[in-house]
Amino acid sequence: MQSSKPREAYLNSLIERAVGGDRAALGKLLTVLERPSRDSGIVLRTLVKKSGRAHVVGVTGIPGSGKSTLISKLISVYRSWGLRVGVLAVDPTSPLSRGALMADRLRMQRHATDPNVFIRSIASKGFRGGLSLAALAMIEALDAAGYDKIIVETVGVGQAEVDIMHAAHTIVVVTMPGAGDDIQALKAGVMEIGDIYVVNKSDKPEADQLLEFINFALETGEIGSGEKWRPLVVKTSAIMGTGVEELAKVIEKHLEHLVRTGRFEEKVESRRLMLARLFALRIVEEKVEKIIEAHKREVSRILGESDDPYTVLEALIEKGLREL
Amino acid sequence: MSNYKVLVSKLGLDGHDRGAKVVARALKDAGFDVIYTGIRQTPEQVVEAAIQEDVDVIGVSILSGAHIHHVSRLMKLLRERGLNVPVVVGGTIPIPDVPRLKQMGVREVFLPGSSLKEIINVVRRLAEEKRRAEQQA
Repeated sequence: MQSSKPREAYLNSLIERAVGGDRAALGKLLTVLERPSRDSGIVLRTLVKKSGRAHVVGVTGIPGSGKSTLISKLISVYRSWGLRVGVLAVDPTSPLSRGALMADRLRMQRHATDPNVFIRSIASKGFRGGLSLAALAMIEALDAAGYDKIIVETVGVGQAEVDIMHAAHTIVVVTMPGAGDDIQALKAGVMEIGDIYVVNKSDKPEADQLLEFINFALETGEIGSGEKWRPLVVKTSAIMGTGVEELAKVIEKHLEHLVRTGRFEEKVESRRLMLARLFALRIVEEKVEKIIEAHKREVSRILGESDDPYTVLEALIEKGLREL
Repeated sequence: MSNYKVLVSKLGLDGHDRGAKVVARALKDAGFDVIYTGIRQTPEQVVEAAIQEDVDVIGVSILSGAHIHHVSRLMKLLRERGLNVPVVVGGTIPIPDVPRLKQMGVREVFLPGSSLKEIINVVRRLAEEKRRAEQQA
């Protein structure tokens, strides 16, 4: 089904209004980008011509570490610098009901009526790669709409969230006292990907110990992405508001580093490649699902009855794709 | 199709949020995407959140007795912004106030003792209605 002309005209007017500062239009535009479709493809085509300026900051860390509260305070600092801020806050979808209860926004509601702040919640659900696809597409929209900083909040678990983080210019990993010892800090995963590490809730005891664990992990390894950026550690207490301005300054330091080394544009490029890739994968996945649905019986017997299940499945899919 | 999206919010100076949390959780368990803004919200904050999140239904909970004041302001702001999002109200609402709220444009009022099933069904119907109207537009 081709997008009709009136539909395309509607989408174009939505983009024009959203970019021109109409917040309701931007809200609707983000909904179009929630799922890959011909519509979202058409919208992205126009958006990428207007985006590429914003600094995308990923904030990740375990649930309850204070990410949303920290982001709220960070927004205040950015606003005092005269910057416009967009936030994409990811909360999990229930594997049981497929519903979601999203409450990151609750900590940031003081900014709800600021015309230079736009906050959107994203449910992590749906198909594989769906979360990253939605978040990456929405980054392009907020960027095109002129937000200087785009903060993406996730709990940083699972491949999809790691994908989102790779699309960020700067990755901030938030942790807190009580979240683990020096061995936890040495493990693979979220403790490897940060450009900046935050020890939040530093008003609590054991914050200095955690700081030492993280410094130990950073000193003993070649952590970082090989860009000659040595990850920095900042102590904050989001609830008390301490250390947040310092964190904002450290984030600026990383931005300067990216611009100086030409990595800023590279990251925009790789973010778009990832977006196109996820889009393509989704197209293929939808088709493969259709083929399997049509040959359910046959497919369910392949593993038990075929001598070479891989080749049989491959042939089935290739034949199905030709016939679709 | 994507999940129906509902904003659940506590309007005004009122910290009694158990009801709102129970409803938010029940809606999540019924497969909705729920955005919970928490307590002490102004009508302006609720409207702005509804715009940014592009929700299908707004649900506000009020146990302070100030429902007429807050809801009339909320409905006025929604009209001013040209927002066609159905609003439902829950809480300790005296029965004589129910027609007044409905006159303001509130689609349904849930009094103490309302069943979660009833709330879920109404919210689902209103969300369906809104999506259908949008598709035709």
